[in-house]
Amino acid sequence: MKVYKIEVFYRQEKSDPFGSSLIRDVQDLGISGVEDIRVEQVYYLKTSLDVGTVENITTTLFVDPVVCDYRISIFGETSNSSPSGCVEIEVTYNPGVMDPWEESIVKAIRDLGYKKEVYAKTAKKYLITGKLTTAEIEIIKDKLLINKVIQQEVNEDFHPFPQPPSYKFKLNTIDIINANDDELKKLSIEGQLFLNLNEMRAIKNYFQKLGRSPTDCELETLAQTWSEHCKHKTFRGDVEYIELEGENGKSVKKLEFKNLLKETIMKVTKELNKPWCVSVFQDNSGVIEFDDRYNICFKVETHNHPSAIEPYGGANTGIGGVIRDPLGTGLGAKPVLNTDVFCFAPPDFPYEDIPPGVLHPKRIMKGVVAGVRDYGNKMGIPTVNGAICFHPDYLGNPLVYCGNVGIMPKDCSFKKVSPGDLVVLVGGRTGRDGIHGATFSSYELSHTSEEISSQSVQIGNPITEKKLVDALLKARQQKLYSAITDCGGGGLSSAVGEMGEETGVRVELDKVPLKYQGLSYTEIWISEAQERMILAVPPHNFQRLQKVFREEDVELTIIGEFTDDRRLRLYYEGNLVCDLDMQFLHHGLPRTVRKAVWKKTSHPQPEIEEKRDYTRDLLLLLSTYNIASKEWVIRQYDHEVQGGSVIKPLVGIENDGPGDASVVRPVLNSKKGIAVGNGINPLYGIIDPYWMAGACIDEAIRQLVAVGCNPERIALLDNFCWADTDREEVLGELVRCAIGCYDFAKAYGTPFISGKDSLNNEFHYQDRRIAIPPTLLISSLGVIDDVEKCVTMDFKWDGNLIYIIGETWNELGGSQYYYWLYKKLGGNLPRTRPDMGKKVFQAIYEGIQKGYIISCHDLSEGGLAVALAEMCFAGGLGASVFLNEVPCVNRLKDYEILFSESNSRFLIEVNKNKKDEIEKIFNEYKVPYGLIGCTDTTSQLVIYGSGGNQIITADIYKLKQAWQSSLNW
Amino acid sequence: MVKVCILRTAGTNCDVETAFAFEQEGAVSDLVHINEILSNRRSLNDYQILAIPGGFTYGDDIAAGKLLANEIRYLLWEEIQEFVHRGNLVIGICNGFQVLVKAGLLPECDGHQIATLAWNDSGKFEDRWVYLKTAGGNNSPWLRDLPEIIYLPVAHGEGKFVTDEETLEQLDGKNQIAFQYVDKEGNLAGYPFNPNGSLRNIAGITDPSGHILGLMPHPERFIHKTQHPRWTREEIDVPHGKLIFKNAISYFK
Repeated sequence: MKVYKIEVFYRQEKSDPFGSSLIRDVQDLGISGVEDIRVEQVYYLKTSLDVGTVENITTTLFVDPVVCDYRISIFGETSNSSPSGCVEIEVTYNPGVMDPWEESIVKAIRDLGYKKEVYAKTAKKYLITGKLTTAEIEIIKDKLLINKVIQQEVNEDFHPFPQPPSYKFKLNTIDIINANDDELKKLSIEGQLFLNLNEMRAIKNYFQKLGRSPTDCELETLAQTWSEHCKHKTFRGDVEYIELEGENGKSVKKLEFKNLLKETIMKVTKELNKPWCVSVFQDNSGVIEFDDRYNICFKVETHNHPSAIEPYGGANTGIGGVIRDPLGTGLGAKPVLNTDVFCFAPPDFPYEDIPPGVLHPKRIMKGVVAGVRDYGNKMGIPTVNGAICFHPDYLGNPLVYCGNVGIMPKDCSFKKVSPGDLVVLVGGRTGRDGIHGATFSSYELSHTSEEISSQSVQIGNPITEKKLVDALLKARQQKLYSAITDCGGGGLSSAVGEMGEETGVRVELDKVPLKYQGLSYTEIWISEAQERMILAVPPHNFQRLQKVFREEDVELTIIGEFTDDRRLRLYYEGNLVCDLDMQFLHHGLPRTVRKAVWKKTSHPQPEIEEKRDYTRDLLLLLSTYNIASKEWVIRQYDHEVQGGSVIKPLVGIENDGPGDASVVRPVLNSKKGIAVGNGINPLYGIIDPYWMAGACIDEAIRQLVAVGCNPERIALLDNFCWADTDREEVLGELVRCAIGCYDFAKAYGTPFISGKDSLNNEFHYQDRRIAIPPTLLISSLGVIDDVEKCVTMDFKWDGNLIYIIGETWNELGGSQYYYWLYKKLGGNLPRTRPDMGKKVFQAIYEGIQKGYIISCHDLSEGGLAVALAEMCFAGGLGASVFLNEVPCVNRLKDYEILFSESNSRFLIEVNKNKKDEIEKIFNEYKVPYGLIGCTDTTSQLVIYGSGGNQIITADIYKLKQAWQSSLNW
Repeated sequence: MVKVCILRTAGTNCDVETAFAFEQEGAVSDLVHINEILSNRRSLNDYQILAIPGGFTYGDDIAAGKLLANEIRYLLWEEIQEFVHRGNLVIGICNGFQVLVKAGLLPECDGHQIATLAWNDSGKFEDRWVYLKTAGGNNSPWLRDLPEIIYLPVAHGEGKFVTDEETLEQLDGKNQIAFQYVDKEGNLAGYPFNPNGSLRNIAGITDPSGHILGLMPHPERFIHKTQHPRWTREEIDVPHGKLIFKNAISYFK
C-alpha cells in the first residue's frame, strides 16, 4: 500500500477566512511582521488504489471546485510543494488522539464505490509570510498552532500511519499485602491512583484477608471508584467544623457532620418535600415534573482540569459528558438545552506573567468557547444560558461548567437492573484516551501536569453522540432495555460497577470494541473514551435492539451480564483479571474525619470621595469584563435549534440586550416552557461564602422570576468549585457555603435536585500556589405555564413608568464598583433576606401574570445604574430617574444607591394607565417600591441624585458602545 | 394528504421541527433515514415533498454537507432525478442547501457543482436574525405571495454563497435568486445584515423550474410568534417561515 499526501487550499484569489483570523491572533501576541497566513488542509491516505483513482477521490470529495485547488504527492517522495518564500508549519494530532474526520473519510470513499482498504489521517498546514524571527515563529507555534498535549509538528521523523503497538496478555499483580506505609504511598503516587494512606491500608487489609495480592485491574477499579470525582469523599465525609471570631480567634460555633451533603443540600429537598420532585440525588441528573405527560431533568458538571490543559477538547468533552447525564437518567431523556458558565483570568493578563505550563486566558477562553460551540451545535442542542466571570486567580485553573436539560415521558423516569440482563456497550469505540481522568481531576495541577496527564485529555465526536441519542430514543420508545447509564469518569469501571452494585456483574473485556489494538485489559476497563453508554438489556429484546442500532449506524456489543452474586468479575480471553466484592468496592472506603475552620478575614473598605457626576464611572463599569456584553460568545452558539426558543439570551430592539433567563418550549405544540438561569459571584465568596450562597440562590431565582416564572416551581442545582480542601481553612469555607445553601434554599422553598463538586482547583509552580476563589454556581430550572405571558428586560415604550421593587442597602462589599474602580473588596457584602425576597418574587410574578409589567430586569452586578442603562439601550429608549424615590434602608450616598448590589431587587416598566393596579399588588404583598422615573424618546439616560442635581447624563448609544466593546473579538 | 419525506442521517438535527412545520400546514411528514432508502425499505415514490433539513451531516467533516451530497450524487441520483421530474418539490434548509448545491441539484439540476457555500467571512459560526428580500419575478411554488421583506434566523459557519460571474448573471437573468440579505429598509447591505459575505447577498436560490429551493435561513424556526426575537415588544401578524411551508402544501391542493 502507498501513502498519498493530498493538500487542499483556497485558490490564491479567494480569501482564506481562517488565515485572516489567525493574523489577528498573531498580532495579539505582539508580533507585527506577519503579512499573510494561508491554511491548507492535508489528507494522508494509505491504500492500494492507484494515483488516478486517488486524484478522482480528491476532486469528488476533498476539493470544493468553486474555491479550492489541490496537489497530490506520494508520501516520502520529494514533491514540488507549496509556494516558496514562506514559513511552512504542518500540524497533526498525536497518534491515538481521536480525529473524527478519519471515519468520515473512509465512509465517503466507500460511498464512491471503492471497496479497497483505505486508512486516513488529516493535518493542517500553515503558510506564513512576513518578516519573522525564528523566536517569533516558535512563539506562534507554541501559543497558537500546536498544543503538544494532543498535537505535533510534522517533521522528518513523522509517519502518518505508524505501526500500532501489539498487546499480549499477561496478568499483573501488585504486591501490596507486604508493603509498608512508605511503599503504599509510593504505589499510590506511581500508579496515579491518588489514594491516601488510609485508603491504601484498607485495600491492603482486604487482600491480606483474602490471602492474595490484587491485580492491577482490581487496584485501578478501587482507585476509580473511591476517587473524589466518583465518591465525593469530602462532601459525603465526616467533618468537624469550627467558626472563629475576633482577634484571638474565639470559637463561636462548633458543628459535626456525618455527611455534609446529606445534612445541608439534600436536607433542603427532603424537608421541603415538593410533590413535583420526581427523582432527586439518586440518578445521573435530578428529575422534576413538567406536565401531565413529561418530566424534565437537569445536570451541571465541571470539566476544569482538562480544559486548563487542552481548552477545546476539555470543554468539548465537558459538554459531551453532561449531555450523557440526562441521557443516562431513568431510561434516558432527550436533551433539549445546554447551559455553560465559565471562569477565566482576565483576557488582557500580561503574557510575561504567565507561569510555565499555563495557557494564556484568552487562548483558553477562545478554545473553551469553540469546544462548547462545536459540540452543542453539532448535537443540535440549543445553548441558551450562561455566564462568564473573570478573576486573576483562575489563571492556572479555569472553570468550565456545562449543563444540560432533558425531557422524558413520565413512565421512563426510573430504571431497574435485573440478574440475567445483558451488559450492552453502545456508541463509540474504546481507545487509550482519557485514562486516569477521574483520578487526575481529584488532584492539583502543576506545570508538569500536561506531561503526566496528557492521556487524560480527549477530543469528542459529537456526531457519534448524536447518532447514539437518535438510536437510544427509538429503543426507549420500544422499551428494549431496563436500565442505562453513561460512561463518564472512570469509564466502564464506574459505569458497570455502579449499575451492578445491587446485583453483581460479569464482563468479558476482550469483547469491548477498540479503536486500535494494543490496550491492556486494565486500560480497556478504565479508559474514558467518549460517547459510550451501558445498557442493561433483557436477553429476549436484544435482537430488536440490534436492529434499531444498525439502522442508525451505531455500534452495540454484548460485553457481559448482570448476575446475582454481588461480585464484580472481569475476564480477559478467559482469564479472571478482577474479582471484587461489591460491598467492599462500594462501601469499603474508610471514613476520614476532616477538620474545617472558618475565620472571617477583614477586607478593607475603599476610600471613596463623593462625586458630582457618575457618568464616567457608569461607562467604565459597563465596559468591565464581568458586566460587558458576551455577544461574541453567545452568537457562536446555536440558541434556536429544535425550534422551541421563546426568550433568547439576547433581547431588545436590536436583539442584543442582556436577557435575564432563557425560556424554551420543549414540546412544540404546547404553551408550557422551561426557564433556566444561574447565580455565580466569586467576589462574594472571597469575603464570605455563606452570603455568596445567599446571593447566588437569590440571583438564580430572581432571573427566572424576571421573565415570568412562578417562584413556587423553581428547582436548584449546586456546583461547588473549590481549592484544596485538605487545608482546613479551605474546607471551612466550603462548609460555611453549604450551610448557606441550606438556609437560603430552605427559606425560599426551592429544592436542590442535583449537584456536583470539583475540589483541588489549585495550581502550583516554583514555591507559589494559585488557589481559585471559592466559587459556587447555582443553576435554576423553572416551569412556565404559559410562555406567552413572559416578558423581557428591554424598555418597550416611551412615557411608561419605571419602578424599583425591593430595598437598597449600603451593600457594596464585593461589588463590581469597588472591585474594578477601586481595586478593593470591602466587607459589607449583600445579605439575603428571604422573608422580604419571597414577597418581592411573588409580587413580580403576579404583576407579570396579570400583564401589568411589560419589562422586568433583575438588579445584579453593577446594581441599579447598570440595570437601568441596560434596559435603556436594549430598548432604544431614554429615561429620567430620581434616586430620591428609591426605597433605601438608612440614608445612602448617591454612589451607594447607584452601585450597591443588594439582593431581591427588580426594575420594571409599567404602562402609565396601570399605575393603580400594579401599586395595589405591591401594597398587598407589603413590598417596598418606588416610582423612580419614566421612559422617553430622548436617547438619554438622566439620573438625578438625592440633591436633585443630574449625576448621570449619558447617551444610550454611548453606554451601549462601552458595554459592547471590551469582549468584541 | 400531502406526504413529506424529511431525509435524515447521522448529524441531521433540524428534522423534528421541520417535520412539525409541515404538519402544522396539514401534511404528513416522515423522518426517513437515508439508510432506509438505500436499502429499499422506503421509497421516495411515496412522497410529494423532499426536505433536507439543517444539521451537521457527518459532522460536516471535509466540508459542510459534502458527504451527504456525495451519497445523493452517487448512490441516489436516479431516484432523485425521477422524483424531481415527476413535478415534486424539494427544499434544502441550511445544511440541506449545502447538500443540494454540492450534489449539483442547484442551481441547475444536472449533477454539476458550480456554486458553493464557503466559510463565512467571519470564519466562525453565527446565529442571528436576518432580513431577506424575496424575489419578485420568481414563480416558484415555494415563494408565492411572500411579503417583500421577510425575517428569519440564520445559524451557520459555512453559508457564503460563491460562484462565478457568469452563473451569477444567469441566476439573476432567470430569476433564480429566491432570497437576498438586506437591511431593514430592504437595501442590499454588508455585515451583519449579510451575515456571511455571500456574493450578491444571496441567501437562497431555486432551480430554473422553481421546484427546488435551497436557503441558508431557517423558515422552520419562525412558524410561531414566540420564536420571533422581539415578540415581547412588537405585534407579529404572521410568522414568515410558516408561509413557505404553507405554499408547498397548497401547491398540491
